[in-house]
Amino acid sequence: MTQAQIPVTVLTGYLGSGKTTLLNRILGEDHGKRYAVIVNEFGEIGIDNDLIVESDEEIYEMNNGCVCCTVRGDLIRTVEGLMRRPGRFDAILVETTGLADPAPVAQTFFMDDEVRAKTRLDAVVALVDAKHLPLRLKDSREAEDQIAFADVVVLNKTDLVSEDELRDVEAAVRAINPAAKVHKTQRSGVPLSEVLDRGAFDLKRALDNDPHFLDAHDHDHDHDHECGPDCDHDHHHHHHHDHGHASPIHDVSVKSISLRAGEMDPKKFFPWLEKITQMDGPNILRLKGIVAFADDPDRYVVQGVHMIVEGDHQRPWKQDEKHETRLVFIGRELDAERLKRTFEACQAA
Amino acid sequence: MPTVAPLDLDGHCIATAWLGGVPHFALADGVVHRLDNGHRQAQAHDGLACAVPSLDGRALLTGGEDGRVCAVAADGAVRELADIGRKWVTSVAAGPRDAVAFASGRIAYVLLPDGRTKELAHPRSVEGLAFAPKGLRLGVARYNGATLHFPAAEGKPAELEWAGAHTGITFSPDGNFLVTAMQENALHGWKLSDGKHMRMAGYPAKVKSLSWSAKGRWLASSGAPAAIVWPFLTRDGPIGKAPAELGTRGDTMVTCVCFHPAEEILAIGYADGMVLAARVADSKEVLLRRPGKGAITAMAWDGEGRRIAFGAETGDCGVIDVAG
Repeated sequence: MTQAQIPVTVLTGYLGSGKTTLLNRILGEDHGKRYAVIVNEFGEIGIDNDLIVESDEEIYEMNNGCVCCTVRGDLIRTVEGLMRRPGRFDAILVETTGLADPAPVAQTFFMDDEVRAKTRLDAVVALVDAKHLPLRLKDSREAEDQIAFADVVVLNKTDLVSEDELRDVEAAVRAINPAAKVHKTQRSGVPLSEVLDRGAFDLKRALDNDPHFLDAHDHDHDHDHECGPDCDHDHHHHHHHDHGHASPIHDVSVKSISLRAGEMDPKKFFPWLEKITQMDGPNILRLKGIVAFADDPDRYVVQGVHMIVEGDHQRPWKQDEKHETRLVFIGRELDAERLKRTFEACQAA
Repeated sequence: MPTVAPLDLDGHCIATAWLGGVPHFALADGVVHRLDNGHRQAQAHDGLACAVPSLDGRALLTGGEDGRVCAVAADGAVRELADIGRKWVTSVAAGPRDAVAFASGRIAYVLLPDGRTKELAHPRSVEGLAFAPKGLRLGVARYNGATLHFPAAEGKPAELEWAGAHTGITFSPDGNFLVTAMQENALHGWKLSDGKHMRMAGYPAKVKSLSWSAKGRWLASSGAPAAIVWPFLTRDGPIGKAPAELGTRGDTMVTCVCFHPAEEILAIGYADGMVLAARVADSKEVLLRRPGKGAITAMAWDGEGRRIAFGAETGDCGVIDVAG
């Protein structure tokens, strides 16, 4: 009766960012997994496959009108339909339109009981066109939202910009979302293992994928990802200084607020987090963090989308790890000073 | 003693129906199974999304993931009624005089008795469809309410507004009430004569199954650990009244309800595969089937009200003979 939850990858990005190229690679390359793909339009997908489903984007607000309870009605129906015939695919990929707000897509996998029982969100992947991002950030809020929401950002078409331009674009991405993993590519040439089956919403795995979570502040440089011996793609390491994340092209409204402190008192921390997400939920796009509690040998990780917050013990602290709490809030109109002050007040005495 | 004749199939059962006294079981893979002097089957679709029996009980109307709409007859003959291409047909409804309505995306299609096809475009997705019991009137469940069409005539549809996503729809047998199921674990009703609203909320889960008693005095619903049965005994329906609860269980949810064709007796299917019958008058219960592999997703009484064809999401289907 119980079947394993099917992982869902959400692919966002503007028209021309390389989404279709990446989608065709996922459908065409031999990576050992069968994908059911939910697209907005069959469009330019070069592969004929009856597991590609066209679906009209339908944003449903619950009648309380809160943005935090907004879901994609069409996804509920389509995912339920797909899950009535399990065994035909191993994972689901949702492609959104260029202008889509990723929040309702992500929230669908938390808010709808049936969808939640049968599937789990794996990661939100944003494709970004390096050449056109500065313009997009100026003329739309969606481009910003897509980056803010992403667990993985594929900064694509890097061959169309100069090194300086690329540095600025990357700084803009980092300023919006310091918690995402960034891959710089041409022709959507990111290794598929960096995009699929990430477990970004899996509390046991989430932050282990990114051992340098929020480290950028300490080192003033930005290692984009862990380069293992099997990485064979181009690396662009710009060890540049990135003080305060100032970026010449990031004149937009999303901010990230990184908080860092010592050990927390759970009796103070949990009520604080609940209050913050209740109060500022509509403005918080994502939150992620590692929490050290006093007298607790295990790391606690938290993760949130608007008002939905999940947390769990992850694993014991390692010997050489510093017992400290790191949180990042990505959102609009967040009061950094207040967040910092109230956060620090949760520290164990 | 009730007895169960099992039919173990492989796949999610979308609908069951009795056609000419023969039990039919429509599965998500598009195969319609029947027990007619042995187990027989007909492949109707590559992927079935929805199915309902026609009003005359001679065919099962099916909508597929292959964009086709078919009528499957009691002898297994599959007749294609429409083909709209690659999009899923997510809802199908049976109307009077062989009218058929089906939906895909934001369009509701009506195959009219005179052979014409009418396309009704909506600004948002068509989530559910139902014909009114009299006249050729079609109700559409949609975001923020319901739309009522007279598809055989020209003219503007009537709009019934209520904020939220409406996913299912049903008319009362006397045609006086329209009830929708909502994404937010509630039902909403309209008294059609004056548009008065009825809020039927408090469900712990989404309502997926609705059934009217024979004379329309009760509306049963799933979505709770008991069958929630709303009274429609007066001309104001359930306004200001509490529902009855039948077959309450502490540890599992009701997933499917189906009223007897003549008596006020409700068949109740649960998430663990159990089936009970309960009488509205005194809440008396009879166990019809012990828990099985998975949730009951479909039930249908035969014309005499003696047997129930049931199906589950795990494919363990069968026929219950209530009298034994």
